[in-house]
Amino acid sequence: MTDVSSARWQRWLAEPQTRKGALITLLLVALALFGPWLAPHAPTDMLGQVYGAPSAAAPLGYDFLGHDVLSRLLSGGLSVLWMSVAAAAIALLVGSALGLLAGFSRRRLDQLITWLADVSLAFPDLILVLLIVSMLGRAPWLIVLTVAIAFTPGVIRLARGSAVAVAGQEFVEAAQMMGYSRRRILLREILPNILTPLLVHFGNMLTWGVGMLSGLSFLGYGVAPPTADWGLMINENQAGLLVQPWAVLAPAVLIGVFAYGTNILAEGIGRSSSRIGDKQP
Amino acid sequence: MPEPTVANPSCSPPRTPAWLAWFIGRLGYGLLTAWVISLVVFIATQALPSDPARVILGPDAPLESILTLQRQLGLDRPILEQYLRWLGSALSGELGVSLDSNAPVADILFGRFGYTLALLAGVIALVVPVALLLGVSLALRRDSRVDRWSLSLLIFLKATPGFLLAIGLVLLFSMPHMDLLPAVSILDPDKSLLRQLQFLVLPVLALSLSALPYLTRMVRASMIEALESDYVVAARLRGIPEWRIVWRHTLPNALIPAIQGVALTLRTLIGGALLAEVIFSYPGIGTSLNSAIQMRDLPMIQAIVLLITLGVVLINLLADLLTVLLTPKLRTARRVTMIRRNRRGIQPWWRRSPSKAP
Repeated sequence: MTDVSSARWQRWLAEPQTRKGALITLLLVALALFGPWLAPHAPTDMLGQVYGAPSAAAPLGYDFLGHDVLSRLLSGGLSVLWMSVAAAAIALLVGSALGLLAGFSRRRLDQLITWLADVSLAFPDLILVLLIVSMLGRAPWLIVLTVAIAFTPGVIRLARGSAVAVAGQEFVEAAQMMGYSRRRILLREILPNILTPLLVHFGNMLTWGVGMLSGLSFLGYGVAPPTADWGLMINENQAGLLVQPWAVLAPAVLIGVFAYGTNILAEGIGRSSSRIGDKQP
Repeated sequence: MPEPTVANPSCSPPRTPAWLAWFIGRLGYGLLTAWVISLVVFIATQALPSDPARVILGPDAPLESILTLQRQLGLDRPILEQYLRWLGSALSGELGVSLDSNAPVADILFGRFGYTLALLAGVIALVVPVALLLGVSLALRRDSRVDRWSLSLLIFLKATPGFLLAIGLVLLFSMPHMDLLPAVSILDPDKSLLRQLQFLVLPVLALSLSALPYLTRMVRASMIEALESDYVVAARLRGIPEWRIVWRHTLPNALIPAIQGVALTLRTLIGGALLAEVIFSYPGIGTSLNSAIQMRDLPMIQAIVLLITLGVVLINLLADLLTVLLTPKLRTARRVTMIRRNRRGIQPWWRRSPSKAP
């Protein structure tokens, strides 16, 4: 088992894209995690002029209330980070469990799960999240949960599809003939073999999650002010775009780089693992 | 479409084609999905919050006005009756009265829906031809330097959240000396949209940039797959010119998965359009939804979400129908089961590749 996984790691890291993506993602994660300690001021301290220009004291200037943009930038990554990771992780766990269940149960249950996934895919992700958040409030755990709900159908369909494809192979038949329990077959034979597409999907979900969560904050439905948050910063400082562009530009660039890093990581893993290589769309 | 006549005397006279039976089944599936969607929208807006009237009026509202609103919205009746009444009026096109402006929701949404449709139509009209040309030309130059650079650029576009692209465009075009195009799309409602097309340019461009990567990569991938198939080798051996092979033999086959791709793109575009409309202050249903949520205008929220999701169901239905009609093997299938078994084209995207939407 360890041999297989270390070989897998090596193959992933052999792809330059994976290394680049991992580096970018790790840098951004470190920035978000340790940023609050590095920040020179508290994110809610009003220190300078409204939309004050960058100076030696504040390299990125001041925002719409006179907060130090750099401090808010360093403190504002954590929410996007943990919320997108949590949402993607919940969707991955629930979705792959349901997808495996659908792929290996009798037709009725399979059809029911697939159909339910179909129904929820009719809701554009953002609309579903907006609907629930606007009705039930904007507690962070609720936002995480609704984003996870929006992501789950995609995982279900992916897990189901790849599990069904793997199930037809000889080693699964062999395991069945050896009389292994269904649970063992699912967890020990099939799950390891669909891990790669699921992981690629996880990376993609992180990218969409970052986009969706910062979009939610941007619309004003995410983290409540005065907490620092990259999406919220864009929203707050939009009016001063021409006077003090850094207050909008800096968080936007960080969101973009984070999304790019996770996406490159997913692409790299997908490319190094799939035999058809760059054929996949 | 008529079935091809077969020169076999024992063959029964032309009957209804199998795809019609398939389509009726598919239609039923779509209607069932639409019904469940109505249930979800109703539950999320009216049944799940313990008291929608309090959600609408806020925590400090006096009891009297809450009771009035409850009566006005019919919230004092049993939940099943509420649902049936709501569904009944929605089916007859009666979407309720907006709490914010006191005008019928249907009247408000009618014009705005048109604006959003124009936006989406603009994006599709721009993205589909560009994705087609770009995808085909990249597939023909596979693994060249141009191909690699373009792919990296597409990945960059794919990864960047759509609203950041929109903000970037606003930033660029609201700079001094850059007054080529208006950065904010405040339309004059008295003029026809055709006379103020300049307001459409930036929103369409922003959405197109985020929709382009997925479709281009899809066209490129299916072109590469088609170019490697046996019939292309056979055509080359027969001395058919390369351009003809590309445009007449391969492209039609490579396009069929792209139909589903366009449907999927539209679905993701609707979410993106909401953000883009807000950023550019474009008066479509996205901005309406945003302000309805902020005003807690319940009938408006219900109507817009219902409209959007039913739109997605309709788009999926049309995409499936188009796929069957454009695939000869499916179109002329004699039995419904053959369509089900053979629908490689309408095999959903998640079974074909491990990566999802843009």
